[in-house]
Amino acid sequence: MIAKISSWGRLSTSPHHVVPLYESKLPPFQGSIKALPFGNGRSYGDVCLNPEGVLWATMTLNRFIDFDPVTGLLSCEAGVLLRDIQRLVVPRGWMLPVLPGTQLITVGGAIANDVHGKNHHVMGSFGDHVKLINLLRTSGELIKCGPNENTQWFLATVGGVGLTGLITEATLQLRPIQGPWIESENLPFKDLTNFFDLANLSENSWEHTVSWVDCLNVKGRGVFIRGNHAGSKDKPQSPGRVIDVPFVPIVSLVNRFSLRPFNWAYYRSQTNKRKASLVNYETFFHPLDNIKNWNRIYGPRGFYQYQSVVPTNNGKEAVLAMLKAISAKGEGSFLAVLKTFGNRKPLGMMSFPMPGVTLALDFPNKGEKTLALMSSLDDIVRDAGGRLYAAKDSCMPRDLWVSGYPQLAEFLNYRDPGISSAFSRRLMGN
Amino acid sequence: MIVLQKIVIVGATSAIAEHCARIWVTESPKHVVLLGRDLSKTERVAQDLRVRSTHSFVETQTADFSVATQIQVCVSKICADGVPDVVLIAHGTLPDQLVCQQDLTLNQSVLQINGISSVLFAEGFVHYMEKANKGKLAIISSVAGDRGRKSNYVYGAAKGLVTRYAQGLQHRLAETKVKVVLIKPGPTSTPMTASMQNKGLKMADVSLVAQLIVKGVANSRPVVYAPSKWGVIMLIIKHLPHFVFNKMDI
Repeated sequence: MIAKISSWGRLSTSPHHVVPLYESKLPPFQGSIKALPFGNGRSYGDVCLNPEGVLWATMTLNRFIDFDPVTGLLSCEAGVLLRDIQRLVVPRGWMLPVLPGTQLITVGGAIANDVHGKNHHVMGSFGDHVKLINLLRTSGELIKCGPNENTQWFLATVGGVGLTGLITEATLQLRPIQGPWIESENLPFKDLTNFFDLANLSENSWEHTVSWVDCLNVKGRGVFIRGNHAGSKDKPQSPGRVIDVPFVPIVSLVNRFSLRPFNWAYYRSQTNKRKASLVNYETFFHPLDNIKNWNRIYGPRGFYQYQSVVPTNNGKEAVLAMLKAISAKGEGSFLAVLKTFGNRKPLGMMSFPMPGVTLALDFPNKGEKTLALMSSLDDIVRDAGGRLYAAKDSCMPRDLWVSGYPQLAEFLNYRDPGISSAFSRRLMGN
Repeated sequence: MIVLQKIVIVGATSAIAEHCARIWVTESPKHVVLLGRDLSKTERVAQDLRVRSTHSFVETQTADFSVATQIQVCVSKICADGVPDVVLIAHGTLPDQLVCQQDLTLNQSVLQINGISSVLFAEGFVHYMEKANKGKLAIISSVAGDRGRKSNYVYGAAKGLVTRYAQGLQHRLAETKVKVVLIKPGPTSTPMTASMQNKGLKMADVSLVAQLIVKGVANSRPVVYAPSKWGVIMLIIKHLPHFVFNKMDI
């Protein structure tokens, strides 16, 4: 079918030839038009788009294949949502070791973007727990790859944004848990020095750490959130209520009139709040999943998300410089997230996480103005030796991509010639 | 000894049937018999159900759905070790209407698989259910069977046959404890409708349709439109006078 497809940022809507996959094999006809695997469309920019081309919709590949309750190994098709895995295994005492901000993404997408969570310093990224991938190339060849088998294919595919072939199935190593509860604490910090102190202090004894940061505050005040898995607790589960943003407002609800008061009020509310609480894992890891279509609040023009990581040495200065640039323009959103990554080598050739500090920001799309702001942030990231996250990106300059991903040249050897995306055409020309 | 509820699904690889099965096994462990035309596809569905519900017992069988004697053998075999509590008849194909108009062989097979095959399975199972005086038979028809339309009357006619047949069974079994649930899904996003989706139709989500079916079966509703708005839409379409209906491009 021909369908108009947008990614999560809603920056563009373009026609795609969507081919739903019902079996772990390629559709019979592809012709010379290039295709791209497409999961739940939750990446923000253009890595999941292929305008005028084919999208292989994988959400229909949603079967479990095997689960061993003794070893915690789970095999499934690539279109299974992380949420569906969690709902299957949490009652049985297991959990996905790495959970990104939304669980409404497919296993294939989680691998292709090598997503990370609040526990990167302990568990690494999603790919660290993948034991086997079935990778189907447009040539028809099926490559089974994993950390110990066809390793180079595996390292190219983890974080390879779908460009190495179609992931049809995967085997994941889950982690044992005692229950669905997280003991969490919220600690306000008044500036970035305070943030880094809290991060250093917390990383040894807290598995999950993340911070909300007030992007309009030049000192970088915010709220540090940390959590640990609780032992078995007898507390009734209350299903989270899902609310919907039913339509796209005619202007962005995130604007200069709403942002400053919101950030001020949120920061204030946190300084008065009881610090410790026991919460369900879904509430702790995926608060936004309860607001269906939250991406609509940015209005008809959509929004950019900008996520960078800069090495620890230059981290504080770079983050301060970025906050200063944003604050000067009064841009940004209340969804601003700051986190330190663990000191571990990135897994995939094109994996995003590296030792350092990562800052993620939403910007309502205001055209040239927003692009100019992001370009000034690019300069800061480039000078600090950092890089940008492909899963969020819509406009990074090629030189920043090349300098940020030193294994790029090697990765290119593993590309599937029958696959292309808006992202690959923008940065590689094909 | 706990006896698991026995559910038989004919056409188990159909997306609607598969989603119904997922709901049934997650509610509580079941004995599920999956009947399909392709063994490896049916086995894949079975394996998924086994992972979702470790205490369920899921078995698979294959048959040629277009041969009456095979249907007969298959039904007796399944009923030999216990009359099912629920039977869901869900198989079907959605052909290209224009090709059916030109290719009578295809036309015949469409009428056969979507109409005759379904009702033969129904008649076969009802025989055993009536004797045991228990069980629910859910049979998937379609809104397309409510009134013939130029865009898909071959498929619609086959489904119309299913609708009339199910009504007859309901009448016949009214005094027994056997319940017949006639299901009429609207356009649903499934492999069968994949080629239709470019016509700008808003397709219902298959998991939602499955939820409505499972609920309808639980409540023994005689007719289930899924989603329910199709009940209203088809009521109007059925009663449109010819001079209005014939001008419509549907």
